[in-house]
Amino acid sequence: MTAMSPVLRVQGLHKSFVMHAQGHLALPVLRDVALDVSPGECLALVGPSGAGKSTLLRSLYGNYRPQGGSIRVRHRADWVELVGAEPRVTLDVRRHTMGFVSQFLRVIPRVATVDVVAEPMLRRGVSPEEARRRAEFLLHLLGIPERLWQLPPATFSGGEQQRVNIARSLIADYPVLLLDEPTASLDTANRDGVIDLIRDRREAGAAIVGIFHDVAVRDVLATRLHPVELPGAPQ
Amino acid sequence: MTAPILSAKGVTKRFGSRVACRGVSFDLWPGEVLGIVGESGSGKTTLLNCLAGRLIPDEGHVAYETASVGTVDVHQLSEARRRLLARTEWGFVHQDAREGLRMGASAGANIGERLMAIGARHYGEIRGTASDWLSRVEIDLDRLDDRPTAYSGGMRQRLQIARNLVSEPRLVFMDEPTGGLDVSVQARLLDLLRGLVDSFHLSAVLVTHDLGVARLLTHRLMVMQGGEVVEAGLTDQVLDDPQHAYTQMLVASILPV
Amino acid sequence: MPDTISSNDPSDGAYNYAYLDEQTKRMIRRAILKAVAVPGYQVPFGGREMPLPYGWGTGGIQVTAAIIGRDDTLKVIDQGADDTTNAVSIRRFFARVADVATTTRTEEATVIQTRHRVPETPLKDGQILVFQVPIPEPLRMLEPRETETRTLHALSEYGVMQVSLYESIARHGRIAKTYNYPVLVNGRYIMSPSPIPKFDNPKLDRNPALQLYGAGREKRIYAVPPHTPVKSLDFDDHPFEIERWTECCALCGSTQSFLDEMIVDDAGKRRFICSDTDYCQERQEEQRR
Repeated sequence: MTAMSPVLRVQGLHKSFVMHAQGHLALPVLRDVALDVSPGECLALVGPSGAGKSTLLRSLYGNYRPQGGSIRVRHRADWVELVGAEPRVTLDVRRHTMGFVSQFLRVIPRVATVDVVAEPMLRRGVSPEEARRRAEFLLHLLGIPERLWQLPPATFSGGEQQRVNIARSLIADYPVLLLDEPTASLDTANRDGVIDLIRDRREAGAAIVGIFHDVAVRDVLATRLHPVELPGAPQ
Repeated sequence: MTAPILSAKGVTKRFGSRVACRGVSFDLWPGEVLGIVGESGSGKTTLLNCLAGRLIPDEGHVAYETASVGTVDVHQLSEARRRLLARTEWGFVHQDAREGLRMGASAGANIGERLMAIGARHYGEIRGTASDWLSRVEIDLDRLDDRPTAYSGGMRQRLQIARNLVSEPRLVFMDEPTGGLDVSVQARLLDLLRGLVDSFHLSAVLVTHDLGVARLLTHRLMVMQGGEVVEAGLTDQVLDDPQHAYTQMLVASILPV
Repeated sequence: MPDTISSNDPSDGAYNYAYLDEQTKRMIRRAILKAVAVPGYQVPFGGREMPLPYGWGTGGIQVTAAIIGRDDTLKVIDQGADDTTNAVSIRRFFARVADVATTTRTEEATVIQTRHRVPETPLKDGQILVFQVPIPEPLRMLEPRETETRTLHALSEYGVMQVSLYESIARHGRIAKTYNYPVLVNGRYIMSPSPIPKFDNPKLDRNPALQLYGAGREKRIYAVPPHTPVKSLDFDDHPFEIERWTECCALCGSTQSFLDEMIVDDAGKRRFICSDTDYCQERQEEQRR
């Protein structure tokens, strides 16, 4: 693989939570975090539980708002700063550049599974037929039985919901992918299907940052490890 | 698009010595749904009415980017122009459907009124469009000639939405559109609204005290307390990483399901 | 004992000419001038108490009193008839207080006060038709707030009027309104033509006579100047139509006039005769000649 320049650059990132109800208690979580991710790389965040891996990942997605530092992402032909970005800028980055696979599916009542999966494509202006075709392909690949496609995922099992969520997150070819435990609550067969999908994406040049508790999964996918620890924690 | 569709600058409204909203500024971009959340009395509805030109703010401006004639100051428009905008390019969905519907007229006439107001004079076509919209908001076609007085709360609300959207507005103001409805009825309405906002590329300002509604329908949130905006941002930012004490309290008050 | 009103001679000075004082007549004339200048627009005026109850033509009678002069010839009709109590009373009232000639002949009249009809005989330049109006606001049944109806008129927001016609078709398969059928005057104001049958609506359009409308209870005056376009509202696929009868008038044989249905015996036998008594008699006399 040729060395490529990064598409995601994080520098001096600070994030603490201030709990106003607890006497304005400040909990520093990220301090001076820096990382670069290039296309074709999969950076695995490692560290003990509660070290701030999820906080970092959510900050990268613009879900959490860091107090300082910089998160720059290659968006279309430009670099976009996500720290302090306007909502519509963040939304546009999410629509076209950055995908996020979380552990939990936020269920939309009454929407058919196939439409839940197809939605990110529609938001990018892809035709409904094309979006649907791709959604069906992914659902098939992830082993969701066809009889479920027209049903809303609200009543599905945890594993099924997780796979619907993965299909939804991977349907658009995001150049940057953020994965928060993508294989949690999946059985072995389905886990392997998801690993294949993500590896394909990585090999196609996606820049990936992920949290993988399952070491076997991490070993297959990660190209680099990035340790994360709480500020002030013993080295 | 290069310009915001709605732009508020320092909007302040007082009722006597009481300040209902103070110094509210924001830009709403095309296709965005902005939620205004806060508890009762926080000034949400007053702000919404100022934005929609239904109240005149004591200070500040609201600019609207029209479809054809550039930017206008909502409160400098003549009443005729403002009302024309309100029934063509805008929609307003009231919490109480009785305020937004003609309760003495049939559903078909309620939906057709905007069309007739802008010159539609073909009964068959008006009725056809009304039927389309009735099915779009998931009301049986055999209810077309019924009056809203014979409708349930959820149906009235859906009818109100159809009545507003029939002129294909670009900007819709909604004041607690799901307030006072059963939870199951709410879910259906939310889902419908979500679909309509997407398929018509609507811009919207939505007032609600229900954070679940805000999560599902809005892209951005403004949190109001005591007439002032205390926090604003992407909806998931505000709800998942609330910064202000009041927002943290609001988010913490949601009953887990 | 002072004389009763009925024995009063206007020339004795007990009443001003045409009953109303000159100030009041001037005020009403100003309202009329404004109404003529803005066809179809309802002009408020300071209505006076008249010696007849509301609903009997207090609006029309004030308008007539304000415009009538000694040279005028007055005709009064009620539902087309010159000989009903109301028509006779008003005619006698003006003969007494305004010293005018009266007639039942449409052609001879210079001022025709009417309740609920427009004469069948075409009107001419110089004639004035005074309508008695119960509810001047055409939007009233749809919008009870006066502030709002005024705004709707001011901004030409007439969707709601069309809504009522839509409702009629949805309910009855056609526009079922048969009288007081709303019209658009001069392409601007929607106007109530008073409770005339819709049969008479086409006569309002570009009529050479001046039409004045007076509502006594609601204290409004409005007007349609001579030759002004008056369009009955409708839909492209449900165009405005007037009533038709399969019968002709049993007395004069007219097929062109508005017919009243009469039950003539206990067996329920029906006859149709002209509502316009003058028109019917003229035709009968012509046929005798």
